[in-house]
Amino acid sequence: MKAIIAATILGIVMMFAGLQMKNKSSVVTLAIVLAFLLLGVNIWDLVTTPATAPVGYFNNMLRIDRYALWFSTLMTGVTVLYTLLVGKEIQKVGLHVAEYFALIFFILCGVYILSCYNNMLMLFLGIEILSIPQYILAGSDKKNLKSSEASLKYFLMGAFSTGILLMGITLLYGATGSFNIVAYSFLQSDALNPLALGGIIFVMIALGFKVSAAPMHMWTPDVYDGSPTPFTAFMATVVKASAFFAFIRLFQISFGSISSQWTIVLSVITAATLLIGNLTAVFQQSVKRMLSYSSIAQAGFMLFAVLAVNAVAWQGIIIYAVAYSIATIGIFTVLMKLKDYTYDGFNGLAKKEPLLAFVTTIFLFSLAGIPLTGGFMAKYYVIQAVMLQGQLLWLVIFGLLMAAISVYYYFRVIIAMYFKEGNADLHAPVTQGEKVLLVITCGLVILIGIFPQLILINI
Amino acid sequence: MILVLLILIPLLTGILSFSINGNGAKNLALLSTLATLVLSVCLSCTAGTESSYFNVPWIPNLGTSFSLIGDGMSSMLCLMTGIVMLVVMIVNRNKEVEKPGSFYGLMLLAQAGLMGVFLAYDALVFYVFWELALIPVYFLCSQWGGEKRIPATFKFFVYTFVGSLMMLAGLIYLSTQTPGINSYSWPSIAHAGASLAPAQQVWLFCLIFVAFAIKMPIFPFHTWQPDTYEQSPTPVTIILSALMVKMGMFGVLRWLFPVLPAGVAYWGNTVVVLSIIGIIYASLIAIVQTDIKRLLAYSSIAHMGLMCAAAFSPSNTGIHGIMVQMFNHGINITGMWVIVSMIENRWGTRDMTKMGGMATSAPQMAIALLIISFASIGLPLTNGFVGEFMLFTGLFQSASIYHIGFMVVAALGVILGAVYTLNMVQKVAYGNTREQVINKDLAVNEYIGLAIIIAIIIFLGVYPKPLLDLTAGVVNTLVH
Repeated sequence: MKAIIAATILGIVMMFAGLQMKNKSSVVTLAIVLAFLLLGVNIWDLVTTPATAPVGYFNNMLRIDRYALWFSTLMTGVTVLYTLLVGKEIQKVGLHVAEYFALIFFILCGVYILSCYNNMLMLFLGIEILSIPQYILAGSDKKNLKSSEASLKYFLMGAFSTGILLMGITLLYGATGSFNIVAYSFLQSDALNPLALGGIIFVMIALGFKVSAAPMHMWTPDVYDGSPTPFTAFMATVVKASAFFAFIRLFQISFGSISSQWTIVLSVITAATLLIGNLTAVFQQSVKRMLSYSSIAQAGFMLFAVLAVNAVAWQGIIIYAVAYSIATIGIFTVLMKLKDYTYDGFNGLAKKEPLLAFVTTIFLFSLAGIPLTGGFMAKYYVIQAVMLQGQLLWLVIFGLLMAAISVYYYFRVIIAMYFKEGNADLHAPVTQGEKVLLVITCGLVILIGIFPQLILINI
Repeated sequence: MILVLLILIPLLTGILSFSINGNGAKNLALLSTLATLVLSVCLSCTAGTESSYFNVPWIPNLGTSFSLIGDGMSSMLCLMTGIVMLVVMIVNRNKEVEKPGSFYGLMLLAQAGLMGVFLAYDALVFYVFWELALIPVYFLCSQWGGEKRIPATFKFFVYTFVGSLMMLAGLIYLSTQTPGINSYSWPSIAHAGASLAPAQQVWLFCLIFVAFAIKMPIFPFHTWQPDTYEQSPTPVTIILSALMVKMGMFGVLRWLFPVLPAGVAYWGNTVVVLSIIGIIYASLIAIVQTDIKRLLAYSSIAHMGLMCAAAFSPSNTGIHGIMVQMFNHGINITGMWVIVSMIENRWGTRDMTKMGGMATSAPQMAIALLIISFASIGLPLTNGFVGEFMLFTGLFQSASIYHIGFMVVAALGVILGAVYTLNMVQKVAYGNTREQVINKDLAVNEYIGLAIIIAIIIFLGVYPKPLLDLTAGVVNTLVH
């Protein structure tokens, strides 16, 4: 709870700091300090809240349990890493640096609400708090037509999906007479009101929009590609992960008991997401666009956790969120250093910057799910969660085949870096500090891959 | 402790090697492989009578622990890995590679992965090492390989990766079937698998076997292999064909036979038929090859096919024969590749039609080639004979109703093997002396490397008892 308040206040502080501080780099420093502060508040929350009994706030509209607290803390941690790695690049996007960071803090506020909502209105509120700053961030490179296009597209699609979400909430309210998500868990499979069923499907579709599940993924490539790269890195990671957390929270707590009703629909959505994400990524020429499709493909795997109604799924989504976010932010950091975003832009990077090439390789291994990287453990957990569910073995095998396809496009980057001749033009030489940070990030990826229990220490 | 050191030494020296350049890397690699070999000899001395274990918790909530076992089969394969790697390091001492630090580092990392695969006693540990052995080899091939290396090794990587992912699905499923909390330890996986309904074992077999079949490779999963062998630099080809294919065979024996007996029984005949098709098919293709590397690649498919056929028509002698033959094939094919790389080095080509007269220009090399070829065909008094004889006896003794047919057709493969191998020897060593780029017999290091191989070939051909004793215990547990 303290974290929600702190994120809001820090966001406002950041906005006013923009008026006072003219120097861009001092704004970035302030943002990093505040992000650390927010992490501190989260940890404070974590320590002071009893681990066993969830605490309700606002008439139980928010209900903070151990999963929520731990997820918020981890996501804040990822954001700290993000500000450290990407902060410098955000300076280059436009004039209003302080505002960008303020918006990121507001997004975090949305993340916290989504991780602990206990009421459909809070879900709605969380999603809006999460989304609206993103519409602005997507369009922050005002002189770039693609950025404006991304913003408008995102806004229109986002507004549309919000409408669908509201419709779903209304139907669910009609069926049960309550906004409380726990109330939905009393729905019975054999006596299911069609209204409720309709509501579930609408909510599923709306959340599918947010997590870019096929066939609601159409906006993703254009928005991710068009937005300024630093913000793409944030959207594709922290934001997406928390939308997933909201998704799994609702479908486990509320609709877990009637999972037989929606499993088929969601498993088809999952299969479609995996298929479209992976196959389309193969044909991309730009690494940035490839990463947007790969984020769709990874969403397919995260949907595994939503499909599986059990404790492993919770652990799975948390590990996946962290491992995937860290690796993706790492790759985007390297990408931002390059002048050319196509595969050819990576040619010969290993000769020029061996360290940069090495960390990128580890990040790509993680995304591809090679053992001893975080990505492997993440995939492992979600697969095991689905496996425990029984019934869905076909989806597991399909998913693994798709993971094999993903090797194709991730390894193209590795091939370009190591085995092709080229010059890999960089914007500026990589500083020692950045190298250290990248190595730490890389170390985290490997650490999660070897000891995933470190991520699950608190739950 | 030896078990951990067997993995740790190559792993740490491998990582260290990246920071060293020039001859330092070579020396480090030689020392490291020597140390590993000594350790694996120590392990093999005791493993025949009692297995050694190592176990520390790794990820408790997944039910996986870092556990290793050194029984007869593991220690035999570790010993083979140790010998092969040492020979590779010795014969490469007078060759220059670009960026030796990375090259030898990756070689050692591949060795660490292989050791891990052979020693793993926990399914997840096994899977992790299975992948880890692959990645250094991928980089080795792509960086130091031939002209068409990038597509060839990429195909290889994707192929094997698909296989291992299928295996992962199978292993995860098995672990969820273990009683109580999930566990990946070998005993509980084997228990869970064996107590599954036959119908389930049948499809689980498909998932897990695909990985092994691709690695071995069994027809029709072999298409990655000739290209990859051809394009890889020779030291890496040795790792691939002498060591990595054994991962597949080893996987079948350790992670398939005891785990899914009903699945093995159901698919046994199909696999034997595929293997035998592979033997004949690969042998026929090998006959028409003119490129020596491709010829050896196909011959390797044929040899592995025979082992796989014997594995899936189980009998005590057959399984014992596989143990012996895994070791022998590793040694023989290493010798073959070593000579092939020397030939390539001296003639500047791998085309057999452009060679000849090695017996006059380089007699020592020709003798070595002859002995190793004989071992590879399986002539008596060479190690190949012992293994092949036991494999055929095993095929003959098996309970399958087609066993005589299987044996007869598989034996054709031996005749075809003699055809292409001797043809190759004849074209390279005899006939008109063709012009060479470098006219030189064996260098000292090459001499030592080949001497080790030939000594083993003849020693085990005359007195195979140590090898048989080492693996006898494992055979008994596998067959019953």
